[in-house]
Amino acid sequence: MKRHLLSAADLSLDDATLVLDTAAELASLTDRAVKKLPTLRGRTVVNLFFEDSTRTKTSFELAAKRLSADVINFAAKGSSVSKGETLKDTALTLEAMGSDAVVIRHSWSGAPVNLARIVRGSVVNAGDGTHEHPTQALLDAYTMRQRLGRVEGLKVTIVGDILHSRVARSNVLLLRTLGADVTLVAPPTLLPTGVDSWPAEISYDLDAVLPKSDVVMMLRVQRERMGAAYFPSAREYSRRYGLDADRAAVLQDHTIVMHPGPMVRGMEIASEVADGLRSTIVDQVANGVSVRMAVLYLLLGGSEPAIGSAE
Amino acid sequence: MSYVLKSVQLYGEGEPVDVRLSDGVIAEIGPGLSGGEEVDGSGCLLLPGLVDLHTHLREPGREDAETVETGTLAAALGGFTAVHAMANTNPVADTAGVVEQVKRLGQEAGHCDVVPVGAVTVGLEGKDMAELGTMADSAARVRVFSDDGKCVSDASLMRRALEYVKAFDGVIAQHAQEPRLTDGAQMNEGVNSSMLGLTGWPAVAEEAIIARDCLLAGHVGGRLHVCHVSTAGSVELIRWAKGKGWDVTAEVTPHHLLLTDDCAHGYDPTYKVNPPLRTQADVDALRDGLSDGTIDCVATDHAPHALEDKETEWGAALPGMTGLETALSVVAATMVEPGLLTWRQVAERMSEAPARIGRLEDHGRPLAVGEPANVVLVDPAARWTVDPAQSASRSRNTPFAGRELPGRVRATFLRGTPTVLDGKPA
Repeated sequence: MKRHLLSAADLSLDDATLVLDTAAELASLTDRAVKKLPTLRGRTVVNLFFEDSTRTKTSFELAAKRLSADVINFAAKGSSVSKGETLKDTALTLEAMGSDAVVIRHSWSGAPVNLARIVRGSVVNAGDGTHEHPTQALLDAYTMRQRLGRVEGLKVTIVGDILHSRVARSNVLLLRTLGADVTLVAPPTLLPTGVDSWPAEISYDLDAVLPKSDVVMMLRVQRERMGAAYFPSAREYSRRYGLDADRAAVLQDHTIVMHPGPMVRGMEIASEVADGLRSTIVDQVANGVSVRMAVLYLLLGGSEPAIGSAE
Repeated sequence: MSYVLKSVQLYGEGEPVDVRLSDGVIAEIGPGLSGGEEVDGSGCLLLPGLVDLHTHLREPGREDAETVETGTLAAALGGFTAVHAMANTNPVADTAGVVEQVKRLGQEAGHCDVVPVGAVTVGLEGKDMAELGTMADSAARVRVFSDDGKCVSDASLMRRALEYVKAFDGVIAQHAQEPRLTDGAQMNEGVNSSMLGLTGWPAVAEEAIIARDCLLAGHVGGRLHVCHVSTAGSVELIRWAKGKGWDVTAEVTPHHLLLTDDCAHGYDPTYKVNPPLRTQADVDALRDGLSDGTIDCVATDHAPHALEDKETEWGAALPGMTGLETALSVVAATMVEPGLLTWRQVAERMSEAPARIGRLEDHGRPLAVGEPANVVLVDPAARWTVDPAQSASRSRNTPFAGRELPGRVRATFLRGTPTVLDGKPA
């Protein structure tokens, strides 16, 4: 593994497999009464969140704590510029406090890359702008493996605002590494120029793609995109690209439905689908903790077995 | 004081000769000249002093990033004897008072002539036309008008500006960027932006404005200059407009001749610039366009920025790169070495053409007896490695740091007075 996890492209097939295997091992901890390991005792993990994200922050915090790391939550809300303190100053401050790993969420694409050039410890990208969210892709792959037994060869359909989605970018990269076939479905306005070069198929027609899919991943579509004329109305979007009960009915029996959250029920996904048996949405949240434990463990040394004797 | 440049090749052509500079003019050209201060020019070529149509000197307003003093010293070291100072200062150069102040600061610094560019609209706001005629008639004698940094996007206003400046032989230098197509834009829209998750700045946003402006210039018979052309499509449009016989000229920056948007990988804001770095196909088309004369000249778009405006996230960083000290070397690397331009043509593209577009009388003149002694002595064989710490500019945001480039300025003379000797400030 590299020192940082900035992009899903940082992970080789061996790296990604190691993370998923380690996560599976660590997941067994959840069934124990005492859900804590001494592995990262004495190490400091900083959650540096320039953007609100309760679920991701909580997930990383829990992951670090279950490995006995000291966790500092450093909420630097708002852009660094408006705040007057630069990312560099913040990084140097954390560095002076002796952090071993920084988990960063930032509204600007590339901020974790900038941070990694400044700090000595490891940097984990917890979502940067419209760039990447590699631990989300890892937990998604973990969930596919858990439900379907493998990732290689799966037909994965990702539906929604690909243009602005860091989840989509990380998933496309990781799923290619793991050998899945990805199809992206969106209105043409929500696909980036240059998407033809991505290792994925492109379709504008959700109904044509659904019956062939093993995994359908719905992405959140922000209503403010309407103002910028990406599509005319929520209703039209929902009609053409939403996963409602009728559409879900054409899926194969084994096909799972995923969503990285937060969902807009009734927009990109209907409630009966989100809460149905195919849905892995709650599993994804649980798996997020295991995968993030694995990432922190592997980045911060991890030469000893992940699970020694539980305390 | 008179100087004799010994054994120099004029325009890099023919047998070496000696050139005497005296009383502000080229006094004598011939073999075996002596007397006065001698400058050894063996192995070097002599060009007319370079002229930049597009320089940001940042004064008044951002003296922490650059001043007229530091910027013009950098210009002299780069071989320039005249630079056009862009209008996007604070206050904006939209009145006779500001342009005269900038010109005076240039005279006081004395490193090269500073030719102020006037804003097209008041405060660069794209609403009301600035007092273009008053700036033209002022002591600053403004002929080039530009809202650079912003586009004159209103078609009616652009039409009127192109018409109005005909009265005093002015030119509108357009920063071609359709604002509605570049809302929040961070880099070239294409494969790299799609992967990096940075908002795209599509080529069409430049080309749509250029097409419109060429048509307007043709319609009203005005004089249009297109700033920092960056796409293959723009080159085609300008070629088309010139074919129509319209009065359209264009410039390309050194960085657009060398770098591509692959540089954005790594999110180093040193490579953030407006218009953005494009693709290799665009670079190739720009080189061809400069070679065949479709693009008239090279202009630096020297855009110094304070460290804190660059040492930040890509999205928060200001766009722009320094370029005065590296321009000639980048042109040597991208155009002369591959055989796309001769040194004679470099003199055309970097001195004569920009002087003609800016209507400068004393620059871009032939290397002939009686002409103003604005000249630059260049060692074409010398290679050097760009070190931002050695820059005379107050800012360090060069995208060429660590690069080895061909061609070194040995001496620059402004009206017969050396501003640079031995490659150092005189």
